[in-house]
Amino acid sequence: MSLPLTQRISFAECSARERLAHLLDADSFQEWLPPGERVMSPHLAQLGVPAAFDDGVAVGRALLAGHSVFVAAQEGAFMGGGVGEVHGAKLVGLLRRALRERPEAVLLLADSGGVRLHEANAGLIAVSEVMRALLDVRAAGIPVVVLIGGANGCFGGMGIVAACADHVVLSDVGRHAMSGPEVIESAGGVEEFDSRDRALVWRTTGGKHRFLLGDCDQLVDDDVAAFRAAAVRALDQGRALTLESLEAEHRLLADRLDAAGDGADAVALWRRLGIEQPEQIPDLSVTDINALREEHPA
Amino acid sequence: MSGMAPEVESLEYVLEGTQPVGSFAPVLVGVVGSGNLEVLLEPRAGTGCRFEVETSARGFGEIWAAVVRDFHERHPLAGLQVSIHDMGATPAVVSLRLAQAVAALPGGTR
Repeated sequence: MSLPLTQRISFAECSARERLAHLLDADSFQEWLPPGERVMSPHLAQLGVPAAFDDGVAVGRALLAGHSVFVAAQEGAFMGGGVGEVHGAKLVGLLRRALRERPEAVLLLADSGGVRLHEANAGLIAVSEVMRALLDVRAAGIPVVVLIGGANGCFGGMGIVAACADHVVLSDVGRHAMSGPEVIESAGGVEEFDSRDRALVWRTTGGKHRFLLGDCDQLVDDDVAAFRAAAVRALDQGRALTLESLEAEHRLLADRLDAAGDGADAVALWRRLGIEQPEQIPDLSVTDINALREEHPA
Repeated sequence: MSGMAPEVESLEYVLEGTQPVGSFAPVLVGVVGSGNLEVLLEPRAGTGCRFEVETSARGFGEIWAAVVRDFHERHPLAGLQVSIHDMGATPAVVSLRLAQAVAALPGGTR
């Protein structure tokens, strides 16, 4: 199921536009507000920061294995993939257009630390609008699939956006959470969370942990072909958005919090799932982790 | 961090070219990140090759002029707009991005 390392193209190391080129059917991506239109941040220049021609996100329509999809890809190397006013408006516009034109699915290639602090108020409003628009798309029966495998992971407001989606795909190097490691350390102290402890960061927010706990639907290798295959599999994986499904999710989260008790870290949670040698999980391959989840569903 | 607000520096260079690029869809390479830049190539009327640079690193106009001149000697393109957003890329990185952009033009490296 996974290619040898030498034949893979790392999803993490690709730019947003390279990811689109590898993920989608060849030459099928048709961009809205492309760089040449220069729809850029009105705020950054005042702070001495050069803008980006696309404000760090490419949006448009494309084909995925012949299926019509709308797609957005965040550029993590520009301002940490931060959501500014224009960036957020492009995401909202894409989702609202999906309500009108009804593609078979909407794909979000998230690579973001959350709201862009340089334009924080506008960014916060934008992220809340993205969430509302995403839920409208789901309510209309169009699945929203979030793919996470970039260096910034998916945190802050975008972390919540991903949690609102029908289907989440993570690579083992991908990360997904609300507060990022530095934020937790700033707020709770280094005893609470040491953001420089990379092993701790990955076993708490990384793809393997999210997958074993049932917070993400597919765990894949850091390989553009693996992401493409996962996106194709996700196309018909919409989930009903009902009061019952939300209440069930709330119960699951409350039970998890109860079970965790005081100060339990990821290894203790894995042990509670019935995994016999949980301390070995960080060294296991994606294939092994997939087999483990089959044996120990969350 | 008080007093003078930081500003992006804007630079502009126009050089006369001899190789018309003709019509093409805009080409974007690179990313506005630390030590990096994005380069957007677009067709432009006339025989000039116009460079517009916006950079967070102020005071390097002479070096930009040299890098642009060096590029234009190798690729004396005509009818081209080159727009750059820079976050402190070194001259070598700028030259590589410009070469990458030209290679992405229809017809490849010229």
